[in-house]
Amino acid sequence: MSVAKPLPHDAAALHVTGAARYIDDIPTPAGTLHLAFGTSEIAKGTVEHLDLGPVRDCADVVAVLRAEDLPFSNDVSPSIHDEPLLATGEVHYLGQPLFLVIAKSHLAARKAAGAAKVIYAEETPILTIEDALAKESRFEDGPRIWAKGDVDDALGRAAHRLQDEINMGGQEHFYLEGQAALALPQEGGDMVVHSSTQHPTEIQHKVADALGLPMHSVRCEVRRMGGGFGGKESQGNALAVGCAVAARLTGKPCKMRYDRDDDMMITGKRHDFRISYDVGFDASGRIDGITFTQMTRCGWALDLSLPVADRAMLHADNAYHLPAVRITSHRLKTNTQSATAFRGFGGPQGVLGIERVMDHIAADLGLDPVVVRQRNYYDEMEGGGLSASHASRPLEGISEQKKPGTGTRFGGQHSPKPLIQTTPYHMPVKDFILHGMTDALLKSSDYDERRRTIAAWNSEQSILKKGIAFSPVKFGISFTLTHLNQAGALVHVYQDGSVHMNHGGTEMGQGLFQKIAQVAAHRFGIDATQVKITATDTGKVPNTSATAASSGTDLNGMAVANACDVIRDRIAACLAELHQTTVEDVRFDEGKVFVGAAEMSFAEAAQTAYLNRVSLSATGFYKTPDLAWDRIKGEGTPFFYFAQGVAVTEVVIDTLTGENRILRTDVLHDAGASLNEAIDVGQIEGGYVQGAGWLTTEELVWDDKGRLRTHAPATYKIPACSDRPDIFNVSLWDAPNPAHTIYRSKAVGEPPFMLGISAFLALSDAVSACGPNYPDLQAPATAEEVLRAVGRARA
Amino acid sequence: MDVTFLLNGETVQVDADPTRTLLDWLREDRALCGTKEGCNEGDCGACTVLVTDDDGVKSLNACILFLPQLHGRAVRTIEGIGGPDGALHPVQQAMVDHHGSQCGFCTPGFVAAMAAGHMRGRTDHDDVLAGNLCRCTGYAPIIRAAEAAQSQPVPDWMIDTPPKVGPAVFAPENLDALAKWYAAHPDATLVAGATDVGLWVTKQLRDLSDVVFLNRCKELLEVKEDAQTLYFGAAVTMTTVLEKVAAFHPSYAEMIRRYGSEHVRNAATIGGNIANGSPIGDNPPALIALGATLHLRHDSKTRELPLEEFFIDYGSQDRGPGELVTGVTLPKSAPDLRCYKISKRFDQDISAVCGCFNITVTDGLITEARIAFGGMAGTPLRAKAVEALLVGKPWSQETITQAAAGFAVDYAPMSDMRASAEYRLHVAQNLLHRYFGEREGHATNVLEVTS
Repeated sequence: MSVAKPLPHDAAALHVTGAARYIDDIPTPAGTLHLAFGTSEIAKGTVEHLDLGPVRDCADVVAVLRAEDLPFSNDVSPSIHDEPLLATGEVHYLGQPLFLVIAKSHLAARKAAGAAKVIYAEETPILTIEDALAKESRFEDGPRIWAKGDVDDALGRAAHRLQDEINMGGQEHFYLEGQAALALPQEGGDMVVHSSTQHPTEIQHKVADALGLPMHSVRCEVRRMGGGFGGKESQGNALAVGCAVAARLTGKPCKMRYDRDDDMMITGKRHDFRISYDVGFDASGRIDGITFTQMTRCGWALDLSLPVADRAMLHADNAYHLPAVRITSHRLKTNTQSATAFRGFGGPQGVLGIERVMDHIAADLGLDPVVVRQRNYYDEMEGGGLSASHASRPLEGISEQKKPGTGTRFGGQHSPKPLIQTTPYHMPVKDFILHGMTDALLKSSDYDERRRTIAAWNSEQSILKKGIAFSPVKFGISFTLTHLNQAGALVHVYQDGSVHMNHGGTEMGQGLFQKIAQVAAHRFGIDATQVKITATDTGKVPNTSATAASSGTDLNGMAVANACDVIRDRIAACLAELHQTTVEDVRFDEGKVFVGAAEMSFAEAAQTAYLNRVSLSATGFYKTPDLAWDRIKGEGTPFFYFAQGVAVTEVVIDTLTGENRILRTDVLHDAGASLNEAIDVGQIEGGYVQGAGWLTTEELVWDDKGRLRTHAPATYKIPACSDRPDIFNVSLWDAPNPAHTIYRSKAVGEPPFMLGISAFLALSDAVSACGPNYPDLQAPATAEEVLRAVGRARA
Repeated sequence: MDVTFLLNGETVQVDADPTRTLLDWLREDRALCGTKEGCNEGDCGACTVLVTDDDGVKSLNACILFLPQLHGRAVRTIEGIGGPDGALHPVQQAMVDHHGSQCGFCTPGFVAAMAAGHMRGRTDHDDVLAGNLCRCTGYAPIIRAAEAAQSQPVPDWMIDTPPKVGPAVFAPENLDALAKWYAAHPDATLVAGATDVGLWVTKQLRDLSDVVFLNRCKELLEVKEDAQTLYFGAAVTMTTVLEKVAAFHPSYAEMIRRYGSEHVRNAATIGGNIANGSPIGDNPPALIALGATLHLRHDSKTRELPLEEFFIDYGSQDRGPGELVTGVTLPKSAPDLRCYKISKRFDQDISAVCGCFNITVTDGLITEARIAFGGMAGTPLRAKAVEALLVGKPWSQETITQAAAGFAVDYAPMSDMRASAEYRLHVAQNLLHRYFGEREGHATNVLEVTS
């Protein structure tokens, strides 16, 4: 009754009234101090002299900390301890924190942070891919290489062959709420930290190390973030640790939030990539063999770059069966911000690589790019994964057949094919449903007819040209670091029947809390309003994984269901005994509990259980089954399942200026059996626009000194309101997930981001209408880049 | 400075530091934390509030709005948009019903902007909300909400009547007093809308000690017209300029529609955009192409000059110490004027190139040409070589192609984060082709194309 309802976000009423609290809105005790970092003005070199006297002389400054003033660990890295909170003499990027100002106000701290007199011994920074390759500046010993089949042989034999490359820029997260933390010192040296973080356990861990305390002495709480998108998986560590250290030193609560410009100068962004390819294919466009060389600038510290670069490799195939393939990945170390997690986590870059290849093959052979894609698709799963009625699935509830462990739709009727195709990392693809989804979307978007209409329109236009393109996504769901695929929950039922729910996932706007509250309500057969959603808290659920990899609902939903079931079964056992019946005879539904012929409210049932001394509190736990992955060999089953989607986008360009615009977008996306259609559609719409932004107007520009020149919304342009597609049709495929997930739903956070690639491909299609040559469009396709491509098409 | 204004229906009196922003004051002094800081430079709209004065209600960015600017006005924040009994405003209810919030951080700003648009009966939601960035939703559900709420009545509690206040020395009410004061304080900072000066404070962290506010000076707020000309006082907002020029210069008006955002245009002034001398301000190219005249005053001495002569060099204008820009006069008729704003994003983006063309063709011959660009030099600058290549020639593709080469003589633009020098020059040339194509009836505007 609660699952599958399109309920609003749990905090919607708080959002629209301004009552929802973010870190900077939490009332602070009198005497709270405020922090700001003083940052490096050069990209590479050493600090020869750091004169902090002028900083200390600024109004309202309480103290200034250098690296040598830190009491314990000077480390905020999420991986290999290569990221000091404060620089230790060597400077690795322009914007790196050198010292920490503690002042009586935010403004005073910011003003003082600019007052230091610093003398540097400047060195030539390593900024570009070329610089890094020339200097062998990289993480890991050499490139990571995964292969399947004899690709050199396949390329040698292929009837057709293309070699080219595509560059794709990074992306600033531009979460609307900047990074922020607040540390409140407790008795006995303990610390409570409020942090805008996707990873409370890591904040707890890094703060404990910085204070020389065991983890039990630090508690991290996060009720919500004002957007995360991966940018708060590790980038909040510095603020939380800074606040905790300052709070320990001063004995006062300490708060830090980055001004937007500081946020953009200091924190990491999406990895930019250059992907070159050598592909052999037959006359029908089917790929025989392909090599990819992926080069990415990881920035100065490792952060999460290895799993990001791994995921780019893991998505080099996207939706296509590559019989012979070799993927080489160079993780380059540069004197720029340390690139970090961002929605898709390398996946979008890998996907754009192969989608560009599909486009290039189609152009080379003069085929419709959709046809080339369909010919290269993996085989459809047995039974076709057909949506029951994807246009309008009734929302009244989840039928029994969709409940975990009772699925009957898949397998059994047909004998499996003798050979199941495998990915480049040797994982069998058993749940591929893009054939059916593609057919459905091409039909609903009227793709063929519009393609003809556009060609006719273009032939009549001298200055403007339209383009249309289709792109699919198949995205692997699970953390590739297998041990992260676990989650915990804590559920209490009070004697009045109200429920307190807690789990390790964090809320950053994606609607996780609401979806899981609906799960909890459904397990108890009560209304979702009876479930209190509570802040993520390391004191309630320990050892959590980051809310990342689209896994939040899959992992935490199962853990919460597990906890609820424990309590529900205890109540059922109690009631069965009192009513002299069996637990099978006890049913929780419609806010009531039915025991044989008797019925009572859920509150009465809870009261009864309490009076009979039944524990009404339980923890829950979940770990994703069947994962086995060797990232060095590039072999195994890193994913539990694949989430999929398709999009068709139509654009128009101005061939005189390169200005361009999205006219229409049609999306069909696979969220499994959706837990909340409204929230899932919201993720799809938002993901699409964010993905299109990545590939169009969002351009990061560094100058030759390594200074990021696009460090504020005045210069870095995320999509604005009018940039969304004029016509924006989004539907859910809505077939149950064959994998045993929570109510057979599928993860939906990251996959739709990649549907934005269809906008980029549509721009390329429009440019193709200008001349005979392949446009070789590079990303982001700013107006300037589109104009360059028009020139290439005509040349 | 003693400032009196209405805050969510209640009169407040504040002894304000001249550059204390409304946003900081709301959050730090009043614990009204619903209004958010997203960028602190007027580009994201998370801090949007409603401000009512004699012009009616408007949306403004609280992050670059100094408290003294509010003297005699009424402010309504997100905390005052819901009803006194806790009822939701129609736009709030629609935002809930249509799933218009995800992370929620931008939402109060969106709601404030939507509520202001709602009060004014606006249905051009993309323009009303161009200054509000959302990173979660892709905007579609927010627009659905705005559409759902647009026909609902305005709740009573939203109506504000600005308080009657006495004169304030920091905001002179007539030009004589202002000009006299400024002549005596030539190092003072004149603050009109603070859309630029605001950033001196919030980003450059400058301490501005001597400040005077222009927004209450009656003469500077004047809009006048006669048979041939329009006159805008220097402190007239770009919103008013947009409304006024729409009937006379639709292309200029369309360019202003994309200038800043609704919230920025509600604060920004035409005089400020000229006087700050920026090479990338969007008004000067249009006004120069129109042959506008600038009015200045030092104490009691007034003078005027063609606008193009005001811009001497990068960072240097023909304005003496203690002299202020008082207004600008432009012709009403210029049927051939076209203004082209080229930027990475259509809305709320600073131009990479802004090119304005005003070419008169009589009997197939080009008789007059005024072309001016922003973003191509250290100042807004006329393309005199191109103009010379056009005048006297037949109105033809051949003439256009030959004349376009003149841009390389007129301009040596620079490369920056907005565009490369090559792109700027190429686009300047192509905009002449666009101008020709548009006048010849070709489709040239991607904003007018539908699927």
